[in-house]
Amino acid sequence: MTNELNPGLIIILGALLVPLLPGRVLRGAYMLLLPIAAFAYLMGLPMGEMGQIELMNLSLVTLRVDKLSFVFGTIFLIATLLGVIYALHVGDWVQHTAGLIYSGSAIGAVFAGDFVTLFIFWEITAISSVFLVWASRNSSAMAAGLRYLVIQVGSGVILLAGVLIHYQQTGSIAFGAMGTETLAGQLILIAFGIKCAFPLLHNWLQDAYPQATVTGTVILSAFTTKLAVYALARGYAGTEILIPIGAVMTAFPIFFAVIENDLRRVLAYSLNNQLGFMVVGIGIGTELALNGTAAHAFCHILYKALLFMAMGAVLYRVGTIKGSELGGLYRSMPWTTVFCIVGAASISAFPLFSGFISKSLIISAAMKEGYYWVWLTLLFASAGVFHHSGIKIPYFAFFAHDSGKRCEEAPMNMLIAMAIAAAFCIGLGVYPDPLYALLPYEVKYDAYSLEHVVTQLQLLMFSALAFTVLMRTGIYPPELKSINLDTDWFYRVPGRHLAQVANQFRSITWQWVADSTVKLATKVHNALYRHHGPEGWFGRSWPTGTMAFWTTVTLGAVVILSYL
Amino acid sequence: MNALSWGAVEPQLPILLVVIPLLGALLTTFLRNSFMAWLVATVVAFTLPFISIHLLVSVLETGQPIVYKIGNWEAPFGIVYRVDQLSGYVLSVIAIIGAVIMPFARRSVAAEIEERARSWYYTMYLLCLAGLLGIVITGDAFNAFVFLEISSLATYVLIALGKNRRALLAAYQYLIMGTIGATLYVIGVGLLYVVTGTLNFDDLASRLSAAIIDPGQRNAVVTALGFIVVGLSLKLALFPMHMWLPNAYAYAPSFATAFLAGTATKAAIYLLVRVVFSVFGVGMTLENLPIGEVVIVLSIAAMFLASISAVFETNAKRMLAYSSVAQIGYITLGIAIANQAGMTGSLAHIANHAIMKTALFLALGAVFYRVGSVLYSDISGIGRKMPLTMAAFAVAGLGLMGTPGTAGFISKWYLAVAAIDDGMYSVVFLIVASSLISVVYIGRITEVVWFREPSKAAAKAKEAPLSMLIPLWLLVGATIYLGFDTRATVGTASEAAKMLLEGVQ
Repeated sequence: MTNELNPGLIIILGALLVPLLPGRVLRGAYMLLLPIAAFAYLMGLPMGEMGQIELMNLSLVTLRVDKLSFVFGTIFLIATLLGVIYALHVGDWVQHTAGLIYSGSAIGAVFAGDFVTLFIFWEITAISSVFLVWASRNSSAMAAGLRYLVIQVGSGVILLAGVLIHYQQTGSIAFGAMGTETLAGQLILIAFGIKCAFPLLHNWLQDAYPQATVTGTVILSAFTTKLAVYALARGYAGTEILIPIGAVMTAFPIFFAVIENDLRRVLAYSLNNQLGFMVVGIGIGTELALNGTAAHAFCHILYKALLFMAMGAVLYRVGTIKGSELGGLYRSMPWTTVFCIVGAASISAFPLFSGFISKSLIISAAMKEGYYWVWLTLLFASAGVFHHSGIKIPYFAFFAHDSGKRCEEAPMNMLIAMAIAAAFCIGLGVYPDPLYALLPYEVKYDAYSLEHVVTQLQLLMFSALAFTVLMRTGIYPPELKSINLDTDWFYRVPGRHLAQVANQFRSITWQWVADSTVKLATKVHNALYRHHGPEGWFGRSWPTGTMAFWTTVTLGAVVILSYL
Repeated sequence: MNALSWGAVEPQLPILLVVIPLLGALLTTFLRNSFMAWLVATVVAFTLPFISIHLLVSVLETGQPIVYKIGNWEAPFGIVYRVDQLSGYVLSVIAIIGAVIMPFARRSVAAEIEERARSWYYTMYLLCLAGLLGIVITGDAFNAFVFLEISSLATYVLIALGKNRRALLAAYQYLIMGTIGATLYVIGVGLLYVVTGTLNFDDLASRLSAAIIDPGQRNAVVTALGFIVVGLSLKLALFPMHMWLPNAYAYAPSFATAFLAGTATKAAIYLLVRVVFSVFGVGMTLENLPIGEVVIVLSIAAMFLASISAVFETNAKRMLAYSSVAQIGYITLGIAIANQAGMTGSLAHIANHAIMKTALFLALGAVFYRVGSVLYSDISGIGRKMPLTMAAFAVAGLGLMGTPGTAGFISKWYLAVAAIDDGMYSVVFLIVASSLISVVYIGRITEVVWFREPSKAAAKAKEAPLSMLIPLWLLVGATIYLGFDTRATVGTASEAAKMLLEGVQ
């Protein structure tokens, strides 16, 4: 019986004190201390299963430290620290507390050794994170938040149902490898899949994340989905079905990201695409692939947070994040521009940036195991990432045509957070060995082999060349330049025509799906309101006669049924 | 002093549990000063948990029920009070809720009840408390009816004294419905008396097993069961006989709502469990007759239909009232599944729901005290002005949703286990799906009170007084504590469940 505390609990319990602390300085210092203290504590923990407690006749393992949980725990703590720094200027204690509880519960879930502990933290992430959406305090955020909450808690209860059935059938609640053969395994996979934003289960992400506050989105982008990636890696490594799922995830968001105007929503789509790489890695399930998944999650959290931070800074200063209304901001926000470009370079996997050293692990693993079509999809998706995150984001926000908007540089705390994230992106890109040492399995991989570098550079150089040529000749109007450039380049093999048709078909289908969903939802809502609203039969006050009538009906039914 | 020594008092504790509040009620009728009346009521209310917990602990230690013969008359002729694992547990829940809310009462009652009626109000409160405790402690079917009427009559007054004029209509409707329910119950008891010639629960149980085989008497027994189950279902607000409840809870004074939501329906649930399991024996009632299926269907209907009504409700008290109907559905569902896990979950939920719902209504009572309304439009943004009150509301709300780390999760867990144990996977799905609806209605009010701009009335409000915050946070603390240490709830409930299920096999 050991009593080590889950590091996530340190942050959750610590967060409860935040509202009580007076003054921004004291509160800020305290909040910075929390992830640092938790990290120092984590460093001192031995490997193994600890923190056993008894709850409802179940023995819970509230703390399991092994290599997989350690690497995710570490990056989550770094992300927590970045989130705190980035949000230091915010005075709203609700956001701070919710953000810390959310981060802490994600960390707690990573170190959970059994399904019940996992479920508990899983639900806390769902409930605490919705406050980050609601904190925007506008009606669309309210509605999006409630939808988000129901889906997240729904994922939790599906997990619970799966766990209960698993427990009933096997008598074990240990959080280990699951199969997809049993009902329990399928339910748990669906629960993980919802949080991981599997295709068709993904809409909550693009729905809610762009609605959250400036600082909230940064925190949200780091935890929920990566927690799901961790859970999948723990429970479903080598599950074949994940390979096609992941491949679809890498490819389909590109079409959405291309036409999206809200730059934070573009990032939300590209988040989905990046998750696809990790899911593919889990599906392949070899040591190399799982290493790639862990490494990619690590790097991804950093550069994705960096990009969301940069866009958040723009939103904070300019008040809009619509691509068509921005442009020319590099004059006003030079530092933010630089950091954003670092993030863009990392997500596009430029050599010497962090995305390069992690993504190539997964792509190589796909190649090595002979999944050629997957390999092709991933290459296509990589190029797509370069388009929408690598070029579109910095270009529309900071360059393009000058919107005439002039503003201040981002607040100092935002710049510091971005600088730290950028330093990680470059540092890991140049010198990946410390990250490789953290990975679950031994790494026998050289990211900077001639072949890798040349392949990647070819991909990127062609883009850059084409981009420059089109800029010079001025063939396309400024806003559309990057879109057409990239579409042209990527779809050269299938042909631009096909791409356009596909795009059109996609938008028509999507319009139809969206329209009919909205119609159906409205219909259901109206029907429910008609019956349950204040005027509805179930919701109104009844005359006494009605009450007596139903009592009589029930009595009659019970007695008659008893005689039958 | 010898006569008052502990050794002499201890055997009398079962009767004192009812006599003390009755005497307290008598005393308050003579007090015209409302503060003195409150003080008497508080002192009385605070002695009761000690007695009930003492009784429960000694039952749990010995494993034997405590039987108290009134006037030393033997069982079939006299009335006995009987404390076993089940009744001791429910007595403790009622007594604790009855005591914890008393500090809240003084300001709330002073604000909502006219000066001349305040002392009477405490009289009625103590009468109601005595009636509820009496229902649970008595071992006699007719005596239970008497206490049911005592508590009900007091309840009608507690509701009718609300300032809102609709309270009068709500109380009147509850009076009619409550009377119908009690009548159905007493008809059922009468039929049993005709067949068996006894009213004592233990005697009834032993004689019914003979009567049920006799074809001449079987019909009477089955009819009696139907009347009793439906009558009590009306008192405990099982769907679709819940219609009296939303308005009664919504328009009663805050203090009365908090008290009734935590205790009144729970006493009726106790009586139902007692009659169905201890007297009839679950073997007959739930396996050979369709009553189990009927109750399961009605419970699930309550879980969904009442929850959906709660989603659209714009009066916070009425929203919680609908939620109560849904939560009662969970309790009756576990009882109808009638296995060890289901019974444990239901009995644990009696305590858990009492604690959480009382906390929620106390929070709304505090808001009503400051704002004078609990309509969503009036209390929007109140979280900014009353952060401690609304934070407590949020935590108790999480409990209602069944969030892990709260007491609500524990009950939901056992209910789901019960359904899986019986192979009812679709019921597991329904439990899970209905709890998602509670996410919506709690989410909706959370958003209203925390993230909307304060309304005119809310902008002027300030934090609730300490006398309201302390009971509120005590209950919220218990919601969290009982989410981790479940010995008091699940431990006792599983003992009681074991006893109930053994008794019938």
